[in-house]
Amino acid sequence: MTTTTDPPRRTAAPQRASRPRRQPRIARVRWYTYLLLTLAALACIFPVYWMFVVSSVGSAAATQLPPRVIPGGNFLGLLKLVFETVPFLRSLFNSFVVAALIAVGQAFLCSLAGYAFAKMTFRGRDALFLVLVLTMTVPAQLAIIPQYMIMSRLGWVDTLQALVVPGLVSAFGIFWMRQHISATISDELLQAARMDGANSWQIFARIAFPVVRPAAAVLGLLGFVNAWNDFLWPFIVLKSPDMYTAQIAIKALQSNISVDLGLAMAGSFLVTVPLLVLFAFFGKQMVSGIMDGAFKG
Amino acid sequence: MSATLTPGSLRGVKPATATRPVEKRWERVAPYGYVAPFYVLFLVFGLFPLLFTFYVSLFDWNPIGDKTFVGLANFQQLAGDPRFWNALRNTFSIWIISTVPQLLIALILAQVLNSAYLRLANFYRMAMLLPYITSVAATAIVFAQLFNRDYGLLNWFLGLLGIGHIDFMSTALGSHLLISVMVIWRWFGYNTLLYLASLQAVPRDLYEAAAMDGAGPVKQFINITLPSLRPVIVFTVIMSTIGGLQIFTEPLLLSNGTLTCGTARQCQTLSLFLFEQGFGSFKFGYGSAVGVALFAIIVVVAFINFLLSSRLGKKA
Repeated sequence: MTTTTDPPRRTAAPQRASRPRRQPRIARVRWYTYLLLTLAALACIFPVYWMFVVSSVGSAAATQLPPRVIPGGNFLGLLKLVFETVPFLRSLFNSFVVAALIAVGQAFLCSLAGYAFAKMTFRGRDALFLVLVLTMTVPAQLAIIPQYMIMSRLGWVDTLQALVVPGLVSAFGIFWMRQHISATISDELLQAARMDGANSWQIFARIAFPVVRPAAAVLGLLGFVNAWNDFLWPFIVLKSPDMYTAQIAIKALQSNISVDLGLAMAGSFLVTVPLLVLFAFFGKQMVSGIMDGAFKG
Repeated sequence: MSATLTPGSLRGVKPATATRPVEKRWERVAPYGYVAPFYVLFLVFGLFPLLFTFYVSLFDWNPIGDKTFVGLANFQQLAGDPRFWNALRNTFSIWIISTVPQLLIALILAQVLNSAYLRLANFYRMAMLLPYITSVAATAIVFAQLFNRDYGLLNWFLGLLGIGHIDFMSTALGSHLLISVMVIWRWFGYNTLLYLASLQAVPRDLYEAAAMDGAGPVKQFINITLPSLRPVIVFTVIMSTIGGLQIFTEPLLLSNGTLTCGTARQCQTLSLFLFEQGFGSFKFGYGSAVGVALFAIIVVVAFINFLLSSRLGKKA
């Protein structure tokens, strides 16, 4: 790493032959940049890594000072205990069903609505879209009591559809897909298809959706992650341990005083593993998805 | 279907009306069908509950369905309820302690990540998104342990510096700090990516020219970075306001699942208070009154946000 900290000079910096682009000296990355970024990355990784360390050793590792940083070999043993303490397999299955349905629902329904807003003209479109944007600024949480009353009236308390149905489509997802569709699909292409006699559904299914499938996949992934991690709403509507999602199960595990800390950590880590796997495969796409969906200028 | 038609050549030609009338009528209602799922779900699970909150707040209402109209009595009680004001104070305190450093850290990291020729850029970006994909429920136990009075890593560290052990969760400030650390940890990376995306749209020449004119990193940050990021900063401030007013899971789990978040309610947020009244004490009416108050607060804060951001706009 270069440690040159010369002040920028007014004369043009010498160009390095190996660089394809012109590179003024000032653009060089300083060592403290790396120090700062490495510290930030460590801060992000350490809690998750340490959760794994404690899960693989037992509670002794949690109270060891200076902290233990090398995993032990007891992870599977502790996991076995987790499964014996709470119906964890069932909870993981519940979480998976809920998150997968929401992921598919969001990827499809948000794309469809995003396509209508981006590429179709219909009366009231702009007003409807304004309403959609406004709904994003009102936190749904303040209405949880009536939401619970509705679920109760529908007979959905303590069922998984209470989690799935309200999450199948989101304002954020539609907004995001609309941006993608406006930016990537030209009106001329759709016009051409229309002249070929294709109706709007065919145009969506055969032209628009295939083009924005990567963006829809990222949206589905984010939907999966959020549904998997959701806590408050499942905490309210799920009553019996058999219906618990994994997050509620680890809460039950953590607040059970007789449960050892290592055990609680093992459960918490296990709940995180599926997301870590997803992240290992698709993290890059998630990063660029979030950045693409962001405001640009 | 042939998508290979050269569309440019056909511009200006009226579309062929080969479709039959039935299909045409169908085509006219189709877009409403495409957007309908959102509006139906929003009506049932979003708008109706929101309006119904106002209605329920006028009653003494228990989960079995017994209700008595009490007018504004719930709000009178709320205005004189120290638990409500305490929760309001806590919510604002946690919101400020978590939002301000979070966005500042994100701004600085985005600026740094935007350096050309940065090595490992993808690794840093992914590392910073890691907290976002882990759940609050899973990491709460880690943070509780790291901040533990007797065996926590942080207190061990403070001990090395000669500072005595701190029991974070037992005091208002300590618990607010701990909750805020968790919130900051979860969200700073996400916000960094949002800022970075905006920064990448700023022409690099601008920075190079500024540097040539002798502007250091700080000057560049103030004169180029901040103005170009204004829209996304406003966006993140609004989003973290909405998130901050809803903080629930962190205080609940850091205090071992107690709805009051400590014996003195030192970290009970408005959301926890609403939950405690509605689902702990089964007072749907009073809980809904808290919801209405939360709504009023959000409207006021949104208005202030709007004023501030439009004033910032005039300045810039």
